[in-house]
Amino acid sequence: MTDAAVAVHGLKKDYGKVEAVKGVDFDVAPGEVFGFLGPNGAGKTTTISMLCTLVNPTGGSATVAGYDVVRQRDEVRRNIGLVFQDPTLDGYLSAEQNLRFHAELYGVPKSVVGDRIRQVMEMVALWDRKDAKVMTFSGGMKRRLEIARGLLHSPRVLFLDEPTVGLDPQTRSAIWGYINQLRLLEDITIFMTTHYMDEAEYCDRIAIIDHGEVVVIDSPEALKASIGKDRVQIHTADDAAAIRALHDEFGLEAAVHEGAVTFAVASGEEFVPRLFAELGMPIRSVSVSRPSLDDVFMNYTGSTIRDAEEGAESGGRAWMRAMARR
Amino acid sequence: MATEAIGVRVPVHSTGHDLRAVKVVLHRELLRFVNDRTRMLSMLLQPVLWLFVMGTGLGSLVRGAIPGIDYRTFMYPGMISMTVIMTGMFSAGSIVWDREFGFLREMLVAPVSRGAIVVGKCLGGALVATGQGVIILAMAGLVGVPYSPALIVTLLAEMFLAAFTITAFGVMLAARMRNMQTFFGLMQMAIMPMLFLSGAMFPLANLPSWLHLLTVINPMTYAVDPMRHAVFSHLDVPAQVNAVLNPGVRWFDFQVPVGVELGVVALLGAVLLGVGIAQFRRAE
Repeated sequence: MTDAAVAVHGLKKDYGKVEAVKGVDFDVAPGEVFGFLGPNGAGKTTTISMLCTLVNPTGGSATVAGYDVVRQRDEVRRNIGLVFQDPTLDGYLSAEQNLRFHAELYGVPKSVVGDRIRQVMEMVALWDRKDAKVMTFSGGMKRRLEIARGLLHSPRVLFLDEPTVGLDPQTRSAIWGYINQLRLLEDITIFMTTHYMDEAEYCDRIAIIDHGEVVVIDSPEALKASIGKDRVQIHTADDAAAIRALHDEFGLEAAVHEGAVTFAVASGEEFVPRLFAELGMPIRSVSVSRPSLDDVFMNYTGSTIRDAEEGAESGGRAWMRAMARR
Repeated sequence: MATEAIGVRVPVHSTGHDLRAVKVVLHRELLRFVNDRTRMLSMLLQPVLWLFVMGTGLGSLVRGAIPGIDYRTFMYPGMISMTVIMTGMFSAGSIVWDREFGFLREMLVAPVSRGAIVVGKCLGGALVATGQGVIILAMAGLVGVPYSPALIVTLLAEMFLAAFTITAFGVMLAARMRNMQTFFGLMQMAIMPMLFLSGAMFPLANLPSWLHLLTVINPMTYAVDPMRHAVFSHLDVPAQVNAVLNPGVRWFDFQVPVGVELGVVALLGAVLLGVGIAQFRRAE
């Protein structure tokens, strides 16, 4: 028994010879918004599936809301809400009927069903569409309805697997609005996966996961501070020569990421004049940025999240999602 | 905007909770059916075609052989079973659809037993199929079958039983299937021979022994025969014609009573339901 909302010890999952998750450890405190960040194929969905009792781990243990995910499956299920990557709504039923179905299936007391449905639907601004068939909804509306449904039975932990993937920026920010509102309103812990760096910033803490292992866990601020350097990207006519020159003239290790020569240096803005003066070759453009979670990711895994995805062995679905994002 | 969350305590597992799950899965099945008029119509068209087109055509050919009865009257109970069976199978097939569109996942991650979901699905399918059968039942007068309350109640009960068993059969088939085409392919493959060998289309008397054997093995025979028996007991038919058209089922020299036939169907339904539930427990 533990006080943590989610406690994971050495959790493992192999599919035959492939180790999808190689023994991860972490705790999530009650009330926290915890982000699981990593490229597609890093093991995020497998981990979340084990925590939601959908996949049995091959090693280690985990508790969710104090219950063991293998031995107390039903108790875990009663205390969690789930929003999957792919929709799980019945398009032929109305929005309200979908929620009613869920309420009955989870045994929500009859006396509060109606009020609670109204409350969660108002939260995601869908109450006025309650009688419309779900098949007439846009992708963003469906996702909002799924979030409402995930909250219907007042779960202690809400799992969101890539809740904003494939949505337009407006809906994405609306969904973050609901999540922030939720933390104020309800006593709930949120566990989410994402591969959007900018969204990970909203989390209280994030775990960076790569190749089935947790690389680092901390708050976004602490992670960024730990880098201590700015990121400089330059475009030149000859990237290979530029990388060599950076190494020879300044002793900096640079590499091509996202089509630009990228390196990290303390106080980037002050470095730029020196760069122009001493690099000894023309520079077409330069950009300096404060460390972002992207840099954190790069610092800990050696590649940007997008490079990691392109290099990763991706299944059909990951590929399709990557295509959809372009 | 509400300022205070309405707290919900999800109760611990109980029979009452499982019953609620059964009810809501069943309710969804009915809602889906009522919303889908096209399906209702297409399910209806087939037996009507058989009854009034095939039945009339074949009837004029065999009129001399069965004096005193319309061939369509003979086919009528068979067509009731056919409607019920097709509708039940379609209901079961929606599980595959649910899986393709993700909704099955919503049901399988809920804190209720798999059994409750499967039972709800089978009861829902059976109820929908019985409802569809009622429409055929309403046509009784057109083929010379009397609207006797006793007959209607008997047929309704027998329809429900047959529909439940066939839905359980369909659910068992659908448990592992991932796409609709495969399911309907398999369904056609299973249903057609069972229907042909059930006595729904032609009487099972005086058949060559190999064919007779197949009809006795065919479980659907035991669903069709009680309905025919019920209809014929409300008709005034010459004894020798009755012997040809309504011979019942014989195991060697044993004339199988209707009660035993219904027992066979019920037992089979229970076994198929059990297998279906086991499959869903394992499938995850």
